Amino acid sequence: MADFFYNTNLGIFLLIVGQVLLIVVPLLVALAFLLYGDRKVWAAVQLRRGPNVVGFFGLLQSFADFIKYAVKEIVYPAGADKFVFLMAPMVSLVMALIAWAVIPFNDGWVLSDINVAILYVFAVSSLEVYGVIMGGWASNSKYPFLGSLRSAAQMISYEVSIGLIIIGVIISSGSMNLTHIVQAQDGNYGIFSWYWLPHFPMMFLFLISALAETNRPPFDLPEAESELVAGYQVEYSSTPFLLFMIGEYVAIVLMCALMSLFFFGGWLSPIPGLPDGILWMFAKIVFFFFIFAMVKAITPRYRYDQLMRLGWKVFLPFSLIWVVFVAFAARFEWFWGAYVRWTTGS
Amino acid sequence: MTVAGLAFYLFAISAIIGGFFTVVARNPVHSVLWLILTFLSAAGLFVLLGAEFVAMLLIIVYVGAVMVLFLFVVMMLDVDFAELKAGMAQYLPIALAIGVVLLMQLGIVFGDWAQAPGAEAARAAVTPDGVQNTAALGLLLYDQYFLIFQLAGLILFVAMIGAIVLTLRHRDGVKRQSPFAQMMRDPAKAMELKDVKPGQGL
Repeated sequence: MADFFYNTNLGIFLLIVGQVLLIVVPLLVALAFLLYGDRKVWAAVQLRRGPNVVGFFGLLQSFADFIKYAVKEIVYPAGADKFVFLMAPMVSLVMALIAWAVIPFNDGWVLSDINVAILYVFAVSSLEVYGVIMGGWASNSKYPFLGSLRSAAQMISYEVSIGLIIIGVIISSGSMNLTHIVQAQDGNYGIFSWYWLPHFPMMFLFLISALAETNRPPFDLPEAESELVAGYQVEYSSTPFLLFMIGEYVAIVLMCALMSLFFFGGWLSPIPGLPDGILWMFAKIVFFFFIFAMVKAITPRYRYDQLMRLGWKVFLPFSLIWVVFVAFAARFEWFWGAYVRWTTGS
Repeated sequence: MTVAGLAFYLFAISAIIGGFFTVVARNPVHSVLWLILTFLSAAGLFVLLGAEFVAMLLIIVYVGAVMVLFLFVVMMLDVDFAELKAGMAQYLPIALAIGVVLLMQLGIVFGDWAQAPGAEAARAAVTPDGVQNTAALGLLLYDQYFLIFQLAGLILFVAMIGAIVLTLRHRDGVKRQSPFAQMMRDPAKAMELKDVKPGQGL
């Protein structure tokens, strides 16, 4: 049996398919409850009850929504480019999902342990913008088009600063493999060994850039309901809309996972002595998702010129200077070598 | 056929199909989307060659940034592309002639192809054993060819400054936002809170 799975092409293929399902199915199920949690947090801040009808405490609300979307009729706008119109939500979902291939959940629990994992995640997240642009263009309508133009400009702008922030982390860990990055944060001081301490300001910059990158409030200008109705999603109904929605939320959870991998030690335990494990990773992802939900609830939307100014004139120079600082700190081992913890040979 | 071989043919064929449809697609936006497919296939080929760093850079730089700007421009252009394409039949003989000449030249070159004696060894030396692809590239660029690499960056920088100088103009009479002044405003000076009693008004 083991021989079949490790040595034949079909066996390896089946094994990989099984691993993919093992990541995607729990992810999507968890997403249903995260979505519910998102709405509950939002409701609690606004002194509402939120979803509370379907199932106990409304726990099954997301599944009810899913069925509602799936059985509705797909409406094509007049003059829409049908192929691109349907491609856009699929691109959006697939790009959000395939990035999970390189995310390690525990030591060695990773589908594809590649050397350039960070670049891979970065490349895939830079492709996510295509779902939005294609959707906006193919709808053949004004609001979606404006929304997609905004979104393209916004996502490209914040990708630049995300890239520079990541370079700081790469310098500190000497590897682009996400497993190595987490291992580099393993130390004797638990939570104080992680990169959030040496890379303190970058942690916030990454969080804010991640909000902008995933079109979350306060940077949800591509879908600003008060000016663009819902941006690039206006003309979408039924399953394509559902795909957009899931894609967006998967991207958000991915950003939460990246946050915990880069700055908060992934599966490492915050208290020395407690065992490391996948539960810590889950706890961190849920914690950052809670932060995302709170930010959505308590911040007003940015103006577009403020958004662009923040990206290009504040974040970009600051993260560039930080890269130079980290390079010096790593080269000359300032701060007792806090910036240079290479686990692999250079 | 091995899995790698299968993947090679898959990427190679999709690259060629993407390139073909980039040229013949009626809608320019479709052309750009086909071109993206070509780039992605090329990135796949790089991965098969063991150059994963170059593959990722290709996707990040070309697909993630350059093509988005392309798509941006093409979507906003208001040009009747059907009319432009209509002239294609007129120039087809010339294009075909150029194509045939190129094909013959390539045929001549590859017909007399001989590998230099040191070529195989030079190719193998790029990635020493035990050093990752990315690290090897970094060592090569920043140790061996440091000056040339920096010069290339400088040339790009000069080009960028040139483009900015050519397009930058200050127009008078345009109202601009001053974020600093907006942030420094004192709420107490900007507004006044009144305690309005019900039924009385101000």
